Amino acid sequence: METAKSLQPARSAFSNKKSKFRIVFEQRYLFLMSLPFVVWLLVFNYLPLWGWTMAFQKFKPGRSFSEQEWVGFDNFVMLFQDPMFYLVLRNTLAMSFMGLIAGYTVPILFAILLNELRWMLFKRVMQTVSYLPHFVSWVVAAGIITKMLSSDGGIVNEVLVSLHIIDQPIQFMSQGKWFWAIVTLSDLWKEMGWNSIIFLAAIAGIDPELYEAAKVDGAGRFRRIWHITLPGIRSTLMVMLILSIGWLTSIGFEKQFLLGNALVQDYSQVLDLYVLNYGINLGRYSYGTAIGIFNSFVAITLLLISNRIFKRWTNESVI
Amino acid sequence: MNLVWKAKLADRLFDLFLYLFMITVGIVTVYPFLNMLAISLNDAVDSVRGSIYLLPREFTWENYKQIFMYSNLLTAFKNSVLRTVIGTVLGILSASMIAYVLSRKDFIARKPISLIFVLTLYFSGGLIPGYMLMRELHLMNTFWVYILPGLVNAWNVFVIRSYMDGLPISLQESAKLDGANDLTIFFKIILPLCKPVLATIALFIAVGQWNSWFDTFLYNSGTAELTTLQYELMKILSNTQAGTSGDLSRTGDPSVSAQVSPESIRAAITITATLPILIVYPFLQKYFVKGLTLGAVKS
Repeated sequence: METAKSLQPARSAFSNKKSKFRIVFEQRYLFLMSLPFVVWLLVFNYLPLWGWTMAFQKFKPGRSFSEQEWVGFDNFVMLFQDPMFYLVLRNTLAMSFMGLIAGYTVPILFAILLNELRWMLFKRVMQTVSYLPHFVSWVVAAGIITKMLSSDGGIVNEVLVSLHIIDQPIQFMSQGKWFWAIVTLSDLWKEMGWNSIIFLAAIAGIDPELYEAAKVDGAGRFRRIWHITLPGIRSTLMVMLILSIGWLTSIGFEKQFLLGNALVQDYSQVLDLYVLNYGINLGRYSYGTAIGIFNSFVAITLLLISNRIFKRWTNESVI
Repeated sequence: MNLVWKAKLADRLFDLFLYLFMITVGIVTVYPFLNMLAISLNDAVDSVRGSIYLLPREFTWENYKQIFMYSNLLTAFKNSVLRTVIGTVLGILSASMIAYVLSRKDFIARKPISLIFVLTLYFSGGLIPGYMLMRELHLMNTFWVYILPGLVNAWNVFVIRSYMDGLPISLQESAKLDGANDLTIFFKIILPLCKPVLATIALFIAVGQWNSWFDTFLYNSGTAELTTLQYELMKILSNTQAGTSGDLSRTGDPSVSAQVSPESIRAAITITATLPILIVYPFLQKYFVKGLTLGAVKS
């Protein structure tokens, strides 16, 4: 705040009854620099919110707003009567929670183990390698994963067969029961290293003397991890847990879209894909918007519930 | 004595498993890429026999020649490069400009503008209203649909702003005394000082642009001249996936798969879509790790 004070001639002048117009004039370049982006925000972020009204209409493109027919909650009633909807909701929640649990715990474990490496060159190479998949697109990742899991010469099946774990190659990509696991593991493969960066940075901030002292006291590796590393990054763990809970339902649909196919549809269809299929591909805009609104509603509810649970545990709050 | 020895043994065992584990992780991460590279450099007909792991068996550039002869792909490559360059330049300029305005504590409209940016982090209109908007704005089937909707990202703005907050304020003040206006201060003083954080954010924007396919799919799939590399790859992927699900290559007509060999084509496009990232990645790694931890610690 100290630095801020010195750059406040305008505000102190304001209290000296300098007219507001004068300040606006003095800051005209700042207005000039921000105005285009304010307009941009209103158009691209706030105008679409207006589109939510579509969910309460029988929207027909090409008509003006006043000419649309209002239908109240009909679209939502239709939604709740569609058995497919519950399947889609189940899939969304299942993959969200699997992603939350794996995507939070594994990077922590990985960061801790990475920190235990004493050969620095190896550690650095490991880090570089583990961040790599984060930078490739999901299209590339999905192609690679499909290839690796293929029942026809895919390396995973080849290894499993040659180790005599299975006799016949498994058709991973065409059986619904594998789909959730494939999505979760693919995500882990792609993002584990990247998500561990933040934990690794937190671990690097721990005073090395603590480890020395523990060593002198005869604490082994596990005890040092348990009593020094973990408590040392406690606040980072909490912040990241809060953030991951906040992202719980924003699992999107990229992975599901790219890894799924007609055969596993009952397990791969998530809310956003449902919107895409019904809303845009079939032109049922109102129905699709209703699903979108429901999706946001689920997201907020989940956030509130997890916030409540979290608060009870730790006395810290997400919102 | 026995106890010390035991502890040492446990330590060694821990190390052994640690290194084994890390090597496994490393192989699992890198092998798929190397395998794709090997397949892309192997003769297509020979590839169908399978069992290509780290090295091509019958080396050839033919697959790459094939995909670039297929004219769509050159257009796609050009568009991907174009959207990455234009999107990154405009994106970084916009984000830093708005970040600078929001970092000025004396700016009287700072709070309301900050607020409308923050709110975008929490809600959005969703897929369909967004789609309708692009239609209404006549952005569909145009190049600008790649640039405009994602021009500014609130998260990036806040990361850059927190970096600017750390700059010494006296620089701006003395420039002001010399008669420089806010625009000059931003371009001549602030931007050059922000190079590290701008490099990080630029990398993120560039990777995002290069990797995106969904906007092509949603808005521009009807216009062949606006296709992108990732979208072309996506199309090939979904075509071949329909094949693998029925396991065409095992039970179906072998001559079909041998001639077309979608596998080799797919591998070549995968490598083409990945290579630019692999090339810039090592140079920027130092930057982004620093930038990311900095951004996360502060916000």
